[in-house]
Order: sequence, then structure tokens, then C-alpha cells
Amino acid sequence: MSASTSTTPAAAGRVPRPARRSGGPARRPGQRATDRRELRGALLFISPWIVGFLIFTLWPVLYSGYLSLTDYDVLTDPEFVGLENYEQMAQDPKVRLALWNTFYYTVLHVPSLVIVSLGLALLLNQAGRSAGFFRTAFFLPKMTPPVAVGILLLLLFNGQNGLINMVLGWFGIDGPNWTTDPDWVKPGLVLMSLWAVGSSVIILLAALRGVPQELYDSARVDGAGFWKQTTKITLPMISGTVFFIVVVNTIASFQTFTEAYTAFFGSGNTTYSNDAALFYVIYLFRQAFEFLDMGYASALAWLLFVIILAVTVVQLKVSKRFVFYEGEDR
Amino acid sequence: MKSSAVRSSVLVAVSGVVLAACAQGTTNDDGGGGEAVAFDPEAELSGNLSIMGFGLTDEIGEVRYEAAQEALGDDVELSLVEGDLDIQQFLSAVAAGDPPALVYANRDQIGTFASRGAIIPLDACIEGEGIDTSVFREPSLNQVTFNDSVYGIPEFNQVQITMANASLLEAAGLGIEAVNGSDWEAVTSATTALTQGNGGSLSVIGYDSKLPEFLPLWARSNGVDLLSEDGRTAQLDDPAVIEALEFAVGIYDQQGGFGAVKAFRDSADFFGEGNQFATGVLGAMPMENWYVNVLNEVSSDAPMAFDSYRSMDGEPIAFAGGSAWAVPAGTEDTQAAACRFMRTMTATDTWMEAAQARVDARAEEGLLFTGLLTGNAEADDRIRSELMTEDAPEPWASAIDAIYEANENSFTFPANPADAEFKTAWQDGVNRVLNGQATPAESMAQAQEEAQAALDEAWAEWDDDQE
Repeated sequence: MSASTSTTPAAAGRVPRPARRSGGPARRPGQRATDRRELRGALLFISPWIVGFLIFTLWPVLYSGYLSLTDYDVLTDPEFVGLENYEQMAQDPKVRLALWNTFYYTVLHVPSLVIVSLGLALLLNQAGRSAGFFRTAFFLPKMTPPVAVGILLLLLFNGQNGLINMVLGWFGIDGPNWTTDPDWVKPGLVLMSLWAVGSSVIILLAALRGVPQELYDSARVDGAGFWKQTTKITLPMISGTVFFIVVVNTIASFQTFTEAYTAFFGSGNTTYSNDAALFYVIYLFRQAFEFLDMGYASALAWLLFVIILAVTVVQLKVSKRFVFYEGEDR
Repeated sequence: MKSSAVRSSVLVAVSGVVLAACAQGTTNDDGGGGEAVAFDPEAELSGNLSIMGFGLTDEIGEVRYEAAQEALGDDVELSLVEGDLDIQQFLSAVAAGDPPALVYANRDQIGTFASRGAIIPLDACIEGEGIDTSVFREPSLNQVTFNDSVYGIPEFNQVQITMANASLLEAAGLGIEAVNGSDWEAVTSATTALTQGNGGSLSVIGYDSKLPEFLPLWARSNGVDLLSEDGRTAQLDDPAVIEALEFAVGIYDQQGGFGAVKAFRDSADFFGEGNQFATGVLGAMPMENWYVNVLNEVSSDAPMAFDSYRSMDGEPIAFAGGSAWAVPAGTEDTQAAACRFMRTMTATDTWMEAAQARVDARAEEGLLFTGLLTGNAEADDRIRSELMTEDAPEPWASAIDAIYEANENSFTFPANPADAEFKTAWQDGVNRVLNGQATPAESMAQAQEEAQAALDEAWAEWDDDQE
């Protein structure tokens, strides 16, 4: 249900932009035939992906659009109801609650994740020979199944006997009931989400390793210290990667599901469904598979799609002011 | 990195990942009417019988499964999709036109499946195969009877009894009757006497009223059910329900609030030697009968006291739950075998064989057999009279008495087409109060509105389909 940052993007290794052609060399005779042959070859090679995309992504996307206009319980045929599901959505207070919870979580989660992963990547970049060990160590928690992370949350953040409150207690802080106090459920989930920060750290580390050393050498000659180098060289040079992480994790945050569902709605807590942890996709899932209202769930999915699309477009627009792409004219 | 590449890949990812989650197949055209199937207890059967939601986790399951296989003959091949029934998996199979021959579901799911045509009425199966429904406990049968037809063959019965730490009770100068629910003032006083803690930190939970899940029990104790007898009207804003909720929440408030109690409860080793009773950190609570087996197995020396859970008039009551076998629509080829399988699994003689296996297994481990609630009253009576020792040691003898007393006095909600929504509505209503987000009256008014809307819609669809 959630997107992942584990797929290493092109962000890690920047591809130099090809020089712009202006009145380039004349095309060789037979060039067009060669191009066509190459295109056919390329299409042939990627055809398995295209077929998969059409069947497993595009068709379901289009079909869910149709389902969102129906009353459909999976067991009987869909019945066309027009925009009724969308009208119901506009009046459903749980939708507003779930959206609020999801925005709240996203606003806390994404900056926290970027700051922590960037900090760790900067440290790792200085680690020398031991970097390999720490890289593995930071990535290992990412391998923990999300369901296990949900269970871990309940253990670590237990308000009475959890490790987090025990550590806070050493500093004289009386920790909250993270898992049962509605005001602390989302902050607890955000802190727990940093458990899986490893993939972002690896991506950022790869970007940091790609920053040309001569830029730092020149800056040092000019008397720039660590902070100046970081803010004037490092961050601008890896801004494309940071932006990628922001975008992907924003999408993942909007789709957050497994950890919160396991902790507050799963089999161990079937009766204690905490409103504070009712994220949008959890509400969507419950509509689809607990209440068998697949038409309404499809409408909810489309609303989420529109929201994520809008947020992503805004991020792309805003990024033009802050993100530096090597080889791009500014 | 090229900005255009990032942008396009991000947009594709957004489109694909969000919406792919809603991929669905088309539904099976067969609404379950199908052709007539002949059910005959003497018929020779063959084919493959796939079963979803049932697992061979203990001797009770294994012995009965073997008996069912024998009754079906060698020409019927059984295959199990083990584990609890996965609704997503079941619905996907039905939508794909490839439903399992049998499903093993919670009884409270039967009404929803039945109203949507996912499972078939079993009247013909019951009559043809000769299943004696008179032996089933009435509340169990009530839970699987929808629109006057039986849609599930019930088995097992879970009931609640009062469990308490006798040492803590004794230290507080109390007896089990102070916490068996019959006198709410006594429960309140006992909670005060039993609770121990320092500031916001609990060291002993005095009394756990087990909200939200046991609200039906507290409400019935106060004389009202959450759902009307015909399953059409929610009664969540009934003053007696609100009074029951106020009382049960008040028990938590006495101990620092639900958050503190739940966090402390969650930190316990519930199934192990360090359970709350063995470690002396819980005074008393109503709890389901299966937990007696856990306690007897992992901490048989714990200082326990048991009694029935009792209503305000002192009578034992229990909110029963359990499982049921059901036959999905569109399985005409395997319905005769499915019916034979259900009959064998729930027959009195089969239960006796299974119970004997349990008795032997417990004896081998040096443990006490604390009984088996089958959902079949005849089997329950025979197991108790023929297989259970009359000289069980205390406190387990009291536990067994309480369990069987509760079994005779259980109640359930009737099957209805919106059980999941109804349950969510009343549990969310309780949770809002536990979290301090609303008063009991406000919260249950909202719950009533949500539950009734869901019931009205589901019943309207059902009624329309019947016309």
C-alpha cells in the first residue's frame, strides 16, 4: 500500500545533460530506417513491462474510476450510481478526520525523515573505512517487515513500561502514553517511522559521494568551513536527490498503512481502533474489505490520487526555485 | 539528474501506485441460485473439497477432520487454506468465480455474507443430509439464521466468566462476589481497594472492565441489548446502554484513565508464565473461557478465583461468540460433499471423539481437562458428564462450573446484513469516550446514528432484492 524509497533513482548518479543541438550534423542516408529498427528493438525489449503496465496498472486504474461511480460490494454486479459516492465522501466526517490525520503525519514525517537521513548520510560520508559497516547497519532496520514495526511500536512506545519512556525517565521526563493518548499517537508513529530511514540514507550518501572533490578543495582554499561547505556546496549539489526523497516520501506518507493498521486496527487491537491513527488508506481499506463498499473505496482512492497529484505538482513547481540539476540552464 | 525525468517518473508513480490498490476483478454472475443439489446421507461422493479459514491447530480439529475425511470416502480430496478466514482472499476468490467449497467464518460474519448472496441457505442440506439442528445452542443458531434460513452450521462457543486474583482479593478483604458484576457499587469499591500505583504509573490494575469489547455484556447486565431482536434497530443511545458505558469507563477513570490501564495491560505477558494473574498485577476482570486453559497450562499455581459473570440481578450471563461453516454460492459441484463434511464435523459423536483426544493429551501432559464448549448442547452435556472428572481441584473446579453456567446462559446478536459497520459504530462510540473525546451520551448518540444508517441501508438493499 505504500510507496518505497528503496528503488535507487537516477538521482544518485547524475547523468550529464547532452549538449543542445543547434543545426547539428546532417542525417546520414538510411538513418531513418536505422532509427525505426532501433525503435522496434527497444519496444520489443520493453514490451513485457508495457504489457504488465497495461494489464496490472492502467486497466485497474481505469476500472477503479468506473467502480467509483458504482455501488459495488464485490459479491454482486456493480450498480451505476453516478456521483453518489463522491457526494457521500463530501459529507463523511471520517473522510475529513482521515485526511487531517494523514496531512498531520505527512507534515511531521517528511521533514523528520529528510533531516535524520541527511544527518546520518553526512556522518557516514565522513566515516572513512568503517562506512561500509554503518551503511549496512543503518539499512538493516529497513528489512524489518512493516507488520513487525507496528508491533515494535506498541512495545517500545508503551506508556507504562516501554523503552522510550524508560530512557526519557533517565532524564527526568515523564513520557506520555504514546499508544493510547490520542495527542501522542501520531508523533509516536512518526518517531517509529524513522526506524526505516536506511534507504534514504543510502541514496543521499550516494549523492554526497558524487559531489566533485575539487569544489570542496576550492572552498577550503577560500577559507570556507564545514558549515559553509555544507550549505553552499553539498546541499545545492544534492538538492535533486533531496527533492526526490521529499517527493517519494510525501507519496508514501499519504499512503501510510501497515504500521498504523497493525498497531491500532490489526488482530491484536481489533476492538481498539484509535481515531487518532485513522489514516486515509486505512479508512479506504476498511471500506473496501470490512464493509464491502468497493465503489466508495474506489472513490476514496481517486480523491487520494487527486490530492497526491496536486501536492506533487506544487512540489515540482516549488522545486524550480530550490533544486539544482547539474547541466541544466538556470 | 534531469528534472524532466524526475517529474515524469514521479507523475507515473503517483498515478500507478495510488490507483492500482483498487484493482478488482469482475463478479461471478452466479448469484448462488444454481441448479438444485441432491443431499443424501448415503450418497457416494467424489471430487475436491477446498476449505478456507480452518486450520489443524490442535487435536480437536485434527480428530474431527479425520472423521470428516472418513465420512466423505477416499474419492473426496480435502484441501485446506489454513489460518483465519481472510475476507480479502475469500472475496477475491468469489469475484474470480473460483470460490472455495467451504468457508469457516466467525458467526457474526454470516449475516453479511448471506445478505449479499456470497453463501447459500443450508435448509436443503440440513434436511437432505439429516443434520439435527435441535442439538445446537439456540443463541449460536440464532447468529447464523438470516431471514428464517440457516446459513451456517455453528461450532464452538466462547463465553465470559469472572477471573480474579484470590490473594489480592483476600488482602483487600474481598470475596469473588465483589467483582462478579452483580453489584456495580461493589465493583467500584473493589476497584479502589485493589488498585495500586504511584501517580500516573500503575503497579496493579484493580479491575479491568474490558472495554470496548465487552460493552454488550455490561449493557445486557443493565437490561438492554445493543441491537433489537430482529436485527434492524440499533439501541446504542438507550439510557441503559449509556449508564452501563458510564459505569465501565468510570472503572478506568478510577485507575488513572483507560490510556494508563491499557498501556499497563499491553505490557503484560498475556499468554506466558508472567501473565497478569500470576504476577499479581491484576485484581479481576471478565474474560473468555479459553483463558482458563491458558492459566491452567502456564501458571497452574497462580492464586485464582473464578465465578460466572453476573448481571445486576445476580444471574449468570455471557455474550457468546464462535465459528460457523458456510457454503459459498457457485459451488454446486461440491455442495453435497460440503454438507456431509459439515454434518460430520459438528455431530455429537465426532465431538466426543475429539474431546476424548483432548482428555488424553491433557492427561499425558499432566494437565487438567477444563471442558470443551462445542456449540452443540448434546455434545456439551455428554462431554461434561462422561469425560470430565468430578473431583477437579480448586480453583479450577469453580472455573469449570462458571464456564458451563455461562454456556447455559449466553446471548448473541441476531444475524444482520451490516454487522461489521454496526460493530465498528458501537466500538468507535466506546473508544471516543475512553479517549476523552466525547461524553458517553454524545458519543453513543453519534454511534446510534452511524449504526442505524448502516443497518437501514443494508436492510433496504436486502428488502429490495427480495421484492
